[in-house]
Amino acid sequence: MTSLTAKDKEAVKAIWAIVSGKKDDIGTDAVARMLTVYPQTRTYFSHWKDLSPTSPAVRKHGVTVMAGVADAVSKIDDLKGGLLALSELHAFTLRVDPANFKILSHCILVVMAIMFPKEFTPEIHVAMDKFLAAVALALAEKYR
Amino acid sequence: MVEWTECERATIKDIFAKLDYDSVGPAALSRCLVVYPWTQRYFSKFGNLYNAAAIMGNPNVAKHGKIILHDLERGVKNMDNLKETYADLSVLHSEKLHVDPDNFKLISDCLTIVVASRMGKAFTGEVQAALQKFLAVVVSSLGRQYH
Repeated sequence: MTSLTAKDKEAVKAIWAIVSGKKDDIGTDAVARMLTVYPQTRTYFSHWKDLSPTSPAVRKHGVTVMAGVADAVSKIDDLKGGLLALSELHAFTLRVDPANFKILSHCILVVMAIMFPKEFTPEIHVAMDKFLAAVALALAEKYR
Repeated sequence: MVEWTECERATIKDIFAKLDYDSVGPAALSRCLVVYPWTQRYFSKFGNLYNAAAIMGNPNVAKHGKIILHDLERGVKNMDNLKETYADLSVLHSEKLHVDPDNFKLISDCLTIVVASRMGKAFTGEVQAALQKFLAVVVSSLGRQYH
């Protein structure tokens, strides 16, 4: 897919400034939603006792994921280099099939639309979609 | 045959009962043309699609968006018969309009996002799952007559 233009990066930084205060809630809802809407993703969490939307494990994971997204925003000019450690983690330890990155990205976008309906315009949507796709690509960098 | 639980049926009917078709349809189609610009290839006769503002304000896009939503309503009324309900539209999209069926998924995702923004917190994971299942079956029905 295409790389991020200057306009994309500005849009991502602009919307991030608006939503970052709620990033923990966004992450929690996105992960909870993913586990409900795409039950096959539950296979990665068989070690959790509780996969319900209100479980502490779901919240903790949502917070972790969005901390990663925040980190990616700060490293938006070099995602491959900046996310190297996370890529190695996903490639060698977690081994999440990259198709799932698209699924979680979609859930993040849905939550942003719910929580920020006015701000999540089509232009912001396309920039965020491109950004999350670029993050996913950087995360899959070390897979093979 | 697709199996629907009573909960899924009720959820789908409820979503569509509360939707403003004439607003959601245009919003979903114009969002699709902005977020996935290659879909504009099918709308070259629609006039100015030069930038997001032009797309959002284009009356042909708005009109077509409304048509799409009203056609989805047919599916809501015929959930046990989606294959037959959309057979003619499938032939149209394949033979006459030559639309790559992968595009149906793109507008489906945009519609999900627009519905989410309208429903707010009421758009729970369960509601999202039901809507995405319904749209996936519609998408599959639309692709069925391609050969």
